[in-house]
Amino acid sequence: MSESKIERLISEDGIRCDGRRLDEIRPIKFQLGVLKNTDGSAYVEWGRTKILVGVMGPRESHPKHLALSDKARVEAYYRMASFSVEEWKSPAPSRREVELSKVIREALEPAIFVEFFPRTSIDIFIEVLQADGSTRCASISAASLALVDAGIPMRDLVASIAVGKVEGKLVLDVQDKEDKAGESDMPMAYMPSKNAVTLLQMDGQITHDEFLQSIELLKKGCIEVYKKQKEAIESHFKSAVSNGEEA
Amino acid sequence: MTTFFEPRQLVSPGTLLAEGNYQPGFNVYRDDGKYYASMVGLADIRNNVISVIPLRGCYIPQPGDVVIGKVVECISTAWMLDIRSPYQGVLFASEFLSKPLNPLKEEARRYLDVGEMVVATVMAFDRTRNPSLTARDHGLGKIHRGTVIDVDFTRVPRIIGKKGSMITMLKKETGAQILVAQNGRVWISGKSRDEEAVIAEAIRKIEAEAHTTGLTDRVREFLVNKRR
Amino acid sequence: MSQRIVPTVKRKQIIELSESGRRMDGRTLTDYREITIQTGLVEKAEGSAMVSIGGTKVVAGIKFEVGDPFPDIPNEGVMQVGAEFVPFASPEFEPGKPDEVAVELARVVDRGLRESKVLDTTKLCLIPGKKVWIVHVDVYILDHCGNLIDTAALAALSAMLSASMPEACVDGDTVRLTGRRIPMPITDIPINVTLAKIGNKLFVDPSFEEEEVLDCRFSVAFKENGMLCAIQKGESGYITPEEVLRAVEIAKDKSQEIRKKVVESLKLKSDKVGES
Repeated sequence: MSESKIERLISEDGIRCDGRRLDEIRPIKFQLGVLKNTDGSAYVEWGRTKILVGVMGPRESHPKHLALSDKARVEAYYRMASFSVEEWKSPAPSRREVELSKVIREALEPAIFVEFFPRTSIDIFIEVLQADGSTRCASISAASLALVDAGIPMRDLVASIAVGKVEGKLVLDVQDKEDKAGESDMPMAYMPSKNAVTLLQMDGQITHDEFLQSIELLKKGCIEVYKKQKEAIESHFKSAVSNGEEA
Repeated sequence: MTTFFEPRQLVSPGTLLAEGNYQPGFNVYRDDGKYYASMVGLADIRNNVISVIPLRGCYIPQPGDVVIGKVVECISTAWMLDIRSPYQGVLFASEFLSKPLNPLKEEARRYLDVGEMVVATVMAFDRTRNPSLTARDHGLGKIHRGTVIDVDFTRVPRIIGKKGSMITMLKKETGAQILVAQNGRVWISGKSRDEEAVIAEAIRKIEAEAHTTGLTDRVREFLVNKRR
Repeated sequence: MSQRIVPTVKRKQIIELSESGRRMDGRTLTDYREITIQTGLVEKAEGSAMVSIGGTKVVAGIKFEVGDPFPDIPNEGVMQVGAEFVPFASPEFEPGKPDEVAVELARVVDRGLRESKVLDTTKLCLIPGKKVWIVHVDVYILDHCGNLIDTAALAALSAMLSASMPEACVDGDTVRLTGRRIPMPITDIPINVTLAKIGNKLFVDPSFEEEEVLDCRFSVAFKENGMLCAIQKGESGYITPEEVLRAVEIAKDKSQEIRKKVVESLKLKSDKVGES
């Protein structure tokens, strides 16, 4: 505890330890269609956080008794590679990974037209290769691109980002160091064109005023991520737009 | 009444396409008087219908589609067919054989075994039950010869071409029989295996260059060079 | 887990009834069901509480053991929250491995307690870097009639507030228990409030039938000083940012009401809660 208190995470003039302003997001690079054996895939480098997502489906539900008669069954599997964090992590899913898998699924499912595919399964496999904070946000944002790549009909892309409180100040896009030393972490997932919040969590301590400011900051951050998602789609499929002959 | 896209503009899920009195076509949904894309693809408007030509996705059966299925299971009086869709096709014996099949006396697999392929049409499908197929019409039935290749189903319209231009050219240039099924399978029956391989290669080329101009001419050139 | 089929007729009924601010069980949209808190039921536990909100019933117990600290916080005690679903609590529960619902429940309850710093874990160190108190907070779901999160959180909190811990003497490298009990280092009374979004209305303390038809669930925990200390949106629907702000307003009021109830039930003096 005492060590982290000595190192200041925010300078006098409001610059964070990695040189960002308080409301500045890290460099984010999305890439679609990176795997051959999935129906859709995406890779993201979000600062030093690196995540690979593969989507399988819609496909026949296995085992069959798990199939839902009115919609597709969506499952997310959030897993951290054993070497993705400072200390070796057991590859067996922890309680944290079980909970994150659930909230990530619940963040993505409202976007998917699940009612189009009764009795099928859509499986979203998330492999965190390196974790440096905001892995659930990066996972959700990349997974929605993998779903696009799989050609699964959706209402909107889901963009996600976190706001934290560090040394009494609200900061956008929390990295690991800030998360560990910070006073709070509040991730949100959002479909901008639907004005729909699909994930919202918070731990730590914030005042009601800080909460209101956080929501505004989160919306702004999600829209920035959304733009980057759109750019990634554009660049992946751009060959298709180049004055194609009509089929 | 306003649209917010250029013809054939690349759009993705959530892209606002139009506002006002339109009809939602394929891969477009309406919400509160606004029209949005639900799929990555090229936006299009025809006769007031807004749709998105998909660039990715899986095959969803439509009644009337010609499909090529692979038998994955024989049940007493029907076969289950993989049709490259989330839903397996069902081919009842009565839709395949000209005489009734008595499951007490003979096995369905005598006529059609696991692994064999069938050309069929989709009779009915509503997503609550598996699509039912028929193979009794002319030109349908078990595949006995030739080659079957899998292609990206979103490229099927391109392989067929505008008013069948591409497929007509392929057949004319090679003299082979070619059937492009809606579910992204192509049956090729040529004079020789080599011939079939060349045609398959040409189809791969169409798939890869689907959205470029002058493709029909380039494919013709490719065939001429290869068959020299 | 069996398939959840949304009863569409019921959903319509609940939404239409809510237009006039009413609910199927006669409550208004911001009413809790009756809350009862009974503490000290399990004598072998250092603290225990049986809490019900309407028909939902949860029992919580606290156990202390001497153990190793976490390497990154070597001078602090450890608090661990677990949730068990007893099969008779609902026909949907199956015996065996805790599924993701139980894991989420335990983690949400844990966050509310931990982030509010309800327990001053720096006071639970025995031998710095070597031995600390490990506090097990386990909640058992006995009867599920909706709103498990608030009921479980309240049970865990009540069990903690009513607990006393063993006194220990440290002699060099050995820890000896004196057999006496001392008060727990409690510093706050965090309260969790859950709302369900159904259609465009927010329902405080959703019942089982409301949970069957909800779009999503929203939980927020408040400290005694009004600060927010945990949030969790749950289930596969969405909520708008405006609804989130409204939910937090409502929850803030409700948290004060419930805290008052806890203080009264446990006969606590809210400014020095540890000395029960």
